[in-house]
Amino acid sequence: MSQDVALDHVTMRFGSVTAVRDVSLTIAAGEFFSFLGPSGCGKTTILRMISGFMEPSDGRIRIGGRDMRGIGPNKRPTALIFQNLALFPLMTVADNIAFGLEVRGVAAADRRRRVRELLELVALPEVADKKVTELSGGQRQRIAIARALAVEPAVLLLDEPLSALDLKLRQHMRAELRAIQRRTGVTFVYITHDQGEALTMSDRIGVMSRGVLEQVGDGQTVYDDPATAFVASFVGEANRFPGTVLDAADGRAAVDTPFGRLLGRNPRGLKAGDRAILFVRPERLAVAPDGTADNRVEARVSHRDFEGAFVNAFLTGAGDRRIVVQMPHLGSEPAFVPGAAATLTFRPADAVVLPPDGEA
Amino acid sequence: MTGVLHRYGPVLTGFIVLVVALWVVMLVVLPQILMIDFSLRPMLPPSRVGGPEDVYTLANYMTLWTNTIHLGIFVKTIWASALVTAVTLAVCYPMAFYLAQVAPKRRLPTFMMLLVIPFWINEILRTFAWYIILAYSGPLNNLLVGIGILDAPVRFQGDGSVILGMVYAYILFMVFPVYNAIESLDRHQIEAARDLGAGWLRIHWRIVLPHARPGIAVGCIMTFMLAAGSYAVPLLLGGPQSRWFTEVIYNWFFEGGNWNQGAAYAFILLVLCIGFILLMMRLFRVGLTDIAK
Repeated sequence: MSQDVALDHVTMRFGSVTAVRDVSLTIAAGEFFSFLGPSGCGKTTILRMISGFMEPSDGRIRIGGRDMRGIGPNKRPTALIFQNLALFPLMTVADNIAFGLEVRGVAAADRRRRVRELLELVALPEVADKKVTELSGGQRQRIAIARALAVEPAVLLLDEPLSALDLKLRQHMRAELRAIQRRTGVTFVYITHDQGEALTMSDRIGVMSRGVLEQVGDGQTVYDDPATAFVASFVGEANRFPGTVLDAADGRAAVDTPFGRLLGRNPRGLKAGDRAILFVRPERLAVAPDGTADNRVEARVSHRDFEGAFVNAFLTGAGDRRIVVQMPHLGSEPAFVPGAAATLTFRPADAVVLPPDGEA
Repeated sequence: MTGVLHRYGPVLTGFIVLVVALWVVMLVVLPQILMIDFSLRPMLPPSRVGGPEDVYTLANYMTLWTNTIHLGIFVKTIWASALVTAVTLAVCYPMAFYLAQVAPKRRLPTFMMLLVIPFWINEILRTFAWYIILAYSGPLNNLLVGIGILDAPVRFQGDGSVILGMVYAYILFMVFPVYNAIESLDRHQIEAARDLGAGWLRIHWRIVLPHARPGIAVGCIMTFMLAAGSYAVPLLLGGPQSRWFTEVIYNWFFEGGNWNQGAAYAFILLVLCIGFILLMMRLFRVGLTDIAK
């Protein structure tokens, strides 16, 4: 039985510091929602407010339509998976999973049956009698999930649970988490600073910066149509060309940059004279064989990183500005000899013009 | 051992070992052997020491079991010490939990100072302070009579005041081990239990207490040993009916002049305390290595 989570003008202040500023958002029942942002952006504070360990200074949190004010974490229909998992080291795996059921007065036989089911769900049927300390990192991860799901929460809250795992395991656990979420249908609220995690797992992502929810949308929207300069630079790599808007028409804006006049989409409706930054993704830049395109950037190759499937070329242009170009390694890409001059081009549709941070 | 040898070289290692061995032999082993020897011989006038009557016997150890008054005091000392231990734990556990998990870190030094400052004063003086507070015409009686709770002053001196005085005297020996144990508990463990629906009682019973077990065992052992071996507190705060076994031992040595008998009594108390330690370790399922931490 999953439920929706509604944040209604939620603000959290610690003394003079505002950790979360006026966040309003509804996470649908059964959705996999991620809060993405750098550390200190307020995402963990939001999670702790939803779980009940903190009360918002202002605003309401509703779960399944019920106002959660004054309801402690032990009475909320949520379960939290901690960053360090917080499994109980003195109990066996089975006792860990059964803890929430024990609290609810479930009979021993039913507890055992439920523990078996949950261990099946997380694909670890053999470990019930082991100690938590005998498990590997990935196994512990799954036990933490099983323990949280044992109480049949309407909302599962996850606080960067994969951050302690190595890369391979992390990628495997992403798929696993997503599969468990689909199978159980529980609303997942996931906290991460890793955009890869957020993009691959989530139905929707809320990008946060300094306590403000900058943008909410599915992964592709957030990546392709960032709403703010912060989102454009935090989610994925982006080349920045700051300048002043020369003229704006038909949803496009021309920006006067150190590289000359560059044209991009203008979703925020900036007007001539506004300060602006034009963002272009590294993979949307091309090396021009001729000189006919709208947007031309002259630069000089400084070095090249070979990543296998991709080649990243680092160039410097006017005013020592760094530019990154990413190309698939097809064998036909330019050599990017250090010191060589290159003309980069991009389509106006592949660039977005946004106001600088703190001026929107 | 090889580690020490490697770190300090043969000369320094030899010196350290020698000093430690000397310390153990001269200050621990020899006096104890002497006392065991005393306890196993009858008391004789100096002229007959070494004579035909000076033989090894268990007679001194048997005295306690035939002297009902001493046996009564012995039994009472044991259970009263156990009671002191239990009360001290009951007082210290909430305090240790508060300091370790609840109190803001910046306030911690203040709280610690408040706990430690009274212990800068000699134990006898501290106990004497209680003696004055609890006196028949002391401030506590005056206060209670003054605000009308009591009609007339009460004689507090007795078992109750002895236990009170000891709990006060040994609080630190319980607070610090328990504090250390609880302090090492990851706060997320408590939050996880709470998040899974547990109330405070269950969180303490299932999460905090099991984690603090070694610390509680150490605190209980120290408090019990100190209480059972206490002399000043029962002497000052006890009434005529609340004598402590240590007072009986003292009397054998310095008033009866019977060192042999006193030594035997002291060893019975020692054996009992060792028994208590083993029992506590069994009860709390902790090993020596847990305690050494």
